[in-house]
Amino acid sequence: MDSLPYLSLITFLPLLGMAVILALPKSQENAIRWTAALFSGLSLLFATVVYFGPFDATAGVQLVERFDWIPAFNIQYFMGVDGLSLPLVFLSALIHFIAVFASWNIKKSMKGYFALLLLLEVGVNGVFLALDFFLFYVFWEIMLLPMYFLIGIWGGPRREYAAIKFFLYTLAGSVLMLVALVAIYLKSGGIAGEPTFDLLTLKSMASTWVQDQSTFLGMKFTTWIFWFLFVGFAIKIPVFPFHTWLPDAHVEAPTPISVILAGILLKLGAYGMLRINFPLAPDAFADARYFLAVLGTVSIVYGAYVAMAQTDFKRVVAYSSVSHMGYFLLGAASLTFAGLNGATFQLFTHGTSSAMLFLIVGVVYDRAHHRDLNDFGGLAQRMPFFLGVATIGIFAGLGLPGMSGFISEAMTLLGAYEVYPVLVIISTLGILMTAAFLLYALQRVFLGSLPKKYENFTDMDRREAFCLVPFAALCILLGIVPTLVLDKMAHAIQLLSEELSAYTGG
Amino acid sequence: MPLEAYLAVAAVLFVIGLTMVASRRNLVYVLMGLELILNAANLNLVAFNRFHPESHVDGQMTALFVIILAAAEAAIALAIVLNAYSHFETIRPDDIDTMKD
Amino acid sequence: MLPAPPIESLTAAAAEGATLGNSAYAFLLAVPLLPLVGWLLQVFFGRKLPRQGDWLPTSGMALSALIAVVMFIRVLFQWNPDFLMSSAEDGFAWRFFFSDGSIPAPIAQFTAGILYDNLSAFLLAMVALVSFLVHLFSVGYMQGDSRYNIFFSNLSLFTFAMLGLVLSDNMVFFFVFWEIMGLCSYLLIGHLAQDRKQPKMSAAWASLKAFMTTRIGDVCLFVGMAVFWAKFDTLSFHGLYTATADHVAANGWEGWMTFGAIMMFLGAVGKSAQFPLHVWLPDAMEGPTPVSAMIHAATMVAAGVYLTGRIYLLCSPEAQLVIACVGAFTAIFAATIGITGFDIKKVLAYSTISQLGYMIAAIGVGGVSAGLFHVITHAIFKACLFLGSGSVIHGCHHEQDMREMGGLRKKMPITYITMLVSTLAISGVPLFAGFYSKDAILAKALEKSMVTQEWIWAMPFYLLVVAAAVTAFYMFRLIFMTFHGEPRSDHAHHAHESPWTMTVPLMVLGFFAVFGGKFWITDPLHAVSGGRTPWFMALVHDPDLERWESSAIEQAHGYGGHGALLSHAADGHGSGEGHGAAAGHDEHHDVAHTAHVRAMITSIIVATLGILTACLFYLFGVFNPKKVAAALGGLYRLVFNKYFFDELYHATVIRGTVVFSGFLSWVDQNIVDGTVLLVGRTMKRLAGFSGAADKYVVDGAVNWVGESTQAAGQAVRRIQTGRIQQYAYFTFAGAVLLAAVVLLDLF
Repeated sequence: MDSLPYLSLITFLPLLGMAVILALPKSQENAIRWTAALFSGLSLLFATVVYFGPFDATAGVQLVERFDWIPAFNIQYFMGVDGLSLPLVFLSALIHFIAVFASWNIKKSMKGYFALLLLLEVGVNGVFLALDFFLFYVFWEIMLLPMYFLIGIWGGPRREYAAIKFFLYTLAGSVLMLVALVAIYLKSGGIAGEPTFDLLTLKSMASTWVQDQSTFLGMKFTTWIFWFLFVGFAIKIPVFPFHTWLPDAHVEAPTPISVILAGILLKLGAYGMLRINFPLAPDAFADARYFLAVLGTVSIVYGAYVAMAQTDFKRVVAYSSVSHMGYFLLGAASLTFAGLNGATFQLFTHGTSSAMLFLIVGVVYDRAHHRDLNDFGGLAQRMPFFLGVATIGIFAGLGLPGMSGFISEAMTLLGAYEVYPVLVIISTLGILMTAAFLLYALQRVFLGSLPKKYENFTDMDRREAFCLVPFAALCILLGIVPTLVLDKMAHAIQLLSEELSAYTGG
Repeated sequence: MPLEAYLAVAAVLFVIGLTMVASRRNLVYVLMGLELILNAANLNLVAFNRFHPESHVDGQMTALFVIILAAAEAAIALAIVLNAYSHFETIRPDDIDTMKD
Repeated sequence: MLPAPPIESLTAAAAEGATLGNSAYAFLLAVPLLPLVGWLLQVFFGRKLPRQGDWLPTSGMALSALIAVVMFIRVLFQWNPDFLMSSAEDGFAWRFFFSDGSIPAPIAQFTAGILYDNLSAFLLAMVALVSFLVHLFSVGYMQGDSRYNIFFSNLSLFTFAMLGLVLSDNMVFFFVFWEIMGLCSYLLIGHLAQDRKQPKMSAAWASLKAFMTTRIGDVCLFVGMAVFWAKFDTLSFHGLYTATADHVAANGWEGWMTFGAIMMFLGAVGKSAQFPLHVWLPDAMEGPTPVSAMIHAATMVAAGVYLTGRIYLLCSPEAQLVIACVGAFTAIFAATIGITGFDIKKVLAYSTISQLGYMIAAIGVGGVSAGLFHVITHAIFKACLFLGSGSVIHGCHHEQDMREMGGLRKKMPITYITMLVSTLAISGVPLFAGFYSKDAILAKALEKSMVTQEWIWAMPFYLLVVAAAVTAFYMFRLIFMTFHGEPRSDHAHHAHESPWTMTVPLMVLGFFAVFGGKFWITDPLHAVSGGRTPWFMALVHDPDLERWESSAIEQAHGYGGHGALLSHAADGHGSGEGHGAAAGHDEHHDVAHTAHVRAMITSIIVATLGILTACLFYLFGVFNPKKVAAALGGLYRLVFNKYFFDELYHATVIRGTVVFSGFLSWVDQNIVDGTVLLVGRTMKRLAGFSGAADKYVVDGAVNWVGESTQAAGQAVRRIQTGRIQQYAYFTFAGAVLLAAVVLLDLF
């Protein structure tokens, strides 16, 4: 290999960090924190280097690292990056890095906490970079476990309930995925002689197995795997009606974990759809498109309306995530270039804006120790700087033009309108409601007279500012220069949309 | 004298020994009963040896072996009795029933 | 800036050098960027600078305004109705979404550039100038505000957005700036809600209401964009014009185009506070007065009119009718509310809504240039009125109720005179600015109804005429109540004239309120304007006149009634193809001239009527307003309560939303999550069942084996007595038994 194994570095540096943390004595709290920061920072550094350095947007999968892992089953260690995964890897590294700083005040068995946090990053980065289905699945499961403990141990009062709900829900999804994984593996053996987990090979085989007209329980092979994978990934996104784990998990999770959850974990489901679900069952996808678009629209509108009725600040933001992730499904289902790009970009922009919103909730919560919107008011008087940043966050969240959320939503809706005009018109209700509930929340927290009990509040400290400002900057920067991200993924998306469009036919 | 005569004496001895073992209320007598049983067996051994010449002196040798065994056994058993007495302050077997469940 | 793909020539004239040369783009770019830089500096350093940095955005704005005005004068001296600069055509455009143009998808071909024609030149200069004046005015008015620096930064950002909007050559950027304006409007209206000392909650609600109401329109505008994008794959204005012209030429007007155009127009309805989305504008007066003056009278609300003008060429006849009717209805509707108001700013707000209705209606009836002309004149005199009211409020120690004023004419002479001049202008008194624009609108509306001969097209004209009379009435009511009579409160007694930073802008605006209409200054250029039409009308032509005749009209005629309407508007009469173009033009001019004369006479009569009535009521006291109001009873209450629109919306839209969201939340908790929990519980119950089976069947079997063994042991243990002799018995008995078995061969 003539260059650094960037992708392995990005993925496994946090694992090294975890080992170091485990080796450190429990009393060395600062050393533990800084180790976590260092290793996630290194991961971010390499992700940035790849982003601006060796990555060539016009080439396909690149920086490939590939060797046999379990030859008996033809399982490979196969890592690679393309325009689809690159922005998400960068986002993942960034969010984990920020999450370390957002976790600075964790007291309870912090050694274990940071170790799990880094393990989580290994899983997430790995999922984005793995191009072997089995490896993908392994990373997928790696990620599940730390999340369970991070919610279940460091969470709020109903943490066990939330953690178990999260775990069972996602595990159910994983099981469906596992079934599909095995089915695909065996199917590929029937075609190529030797079964394989290589996603690129599998993708090229898709055109063969869509020809297979034999049915099992009345459905074709591709239909089966499509729905199994779809439900598996849809739970993760989450798409209505699989979303109810999300508010509970968010409300109970500590702030940094909510940030990671909303910022990057939800994107894994969407990424899985684009990487595995749709390309491996393109004909079933073509048949299901309208249904998916409807699901997306329902998520958008439904999430927004439900958010409106919440009084817990975090629940509001959690439901807004449901709403925002609906755009992904709507845009992806449209299969237009603009729609797909918008959908993929939405993953990135929602990653930044929702992370910001959760950090904002966290800042408020750290001071007030509750999140009841009706019990706030007038914080603007004590926290003017925070108000400014929160305003950026909230307007980024509601997709104000000039910020990145607008670009992705606009592209999604413009692209989707060509195919599903009625759905787009319905989904604009979601835009309106999002604006309404976010601004209403802003008003209830910051405006009005300041209750006595909040008199002693202080403005954001430097650490909190350090967590929030990068996201704010990204939201604005990408709203003005969206080419920074869109250029990177344009060709991958173009390819994907061509491949998938071939099956939509007349 | 026919073999049956020897066997009858041995059988009588055996029964007497067995009765002593089973019914005497003193461990020393129980031991003596045991000796009688062993000697009944010895009598059988030598008697059979006498009436089966092809067996050379096997029976007699075994009888000698048993005698030696009986001596050793008596020594150990008496030691046990002494110890039992010092522990239970009795040598009535009915009273020594700690092996009962 | 990346090189743009060549697009087809926009107009022949543009190619022939009716431009200012490419260097002009740098200056044009500087106009919005200066406030942007001012904003950035103000955000980051404002608090640390001396005087909280108010001089920084203000001076930047001065420079920006200077550039815009100089550019405007250069354009003016070209005096070319076909003047057009398009940066995309000249090779400067920004590939906004994707820098790789080789991707075939239309969105990758999207570019953003500058469009600068007569219309944008005027509007740019006006916005920059008004913004500068408001900056200047705010230096005086906002003194002592706890968030002084933030106010200026918001103001700068707003100015940036508005200037950017005027220069945009495409719908996407137009929309972006449009929304940033919405944001700034939100922040500025809510400015006092974040006051460090006395947060004003009503301002917070007003800002939320403004943002949400306009956003309804914005979302519709977006849908409208999507409609056209889906068919034409372009969002640049000229791209859309060309595509629409071609499409109409080939297929005539189609339903989706009407839909798209009306959706776009709804954006303007929101931003320009047209019925039924007008409710936010009066509440927006919760903002500081400079904000009310600038944003909610002169600039932001004008953006909606500008939008309607820009998309006029995309409007089918049905869409035009909708636009005209909405505008005309709003004009009369809001004017009537203005009669009953007592809050000086609220009256002006309803007056603004009403005047915006005029502009929209003008565009609807085909008078794009008349409508935009009114934007300019209205911006001047309404800004003057608002700043005047600000001066009054400032002078009266923040008293806004006109019943508490009176007799201020002596105490605040400059304010009085400038406001009076503006009132004369808005009432349509001849020689004042408003007269010319209002007259042009009425003429256009009358002309349209004469040409079409349809009753529905006559409605806008009559509505507008009545509204003109009502306008004159309530504006003079405002003047009389505020400045005439005796002071009615302590505040009014102790009123004082405002400092120069406030009076200078008033005087400048007052000056233009007199001279802005006919524009006497352009007399040297009479050679071009002919001195007959107002300057604006001479330069900004109604877009459809030339453009559609050649290609669209013949086709549209064949298409029947749809196209016919447009062609009537275009060539002036309904006799169809039989007439030559020249004859059509002559006849058109005849109709236009007749309409013009009649409209002028009508408008003078109604203005006089309105003013006289106001005099009778409020100056001479011939009628007692209170008695009249009492006599009207229910009708008065209806108008006084603004036709109960706030209550209506509250009861329907807001209540509906809250109830519906509550319902969905209930569904989410109980049905969706309930299903999940039900599945969970069922699983748990199944697990319980299987657990029981495990416990009692599987484990039970194992335990049974153990237990029965134990029971057997229990039974047998009885014979273990511990008595050696008994054991011996058993041994012997066993031996006997065995011997018996063996010897007797029992088995």
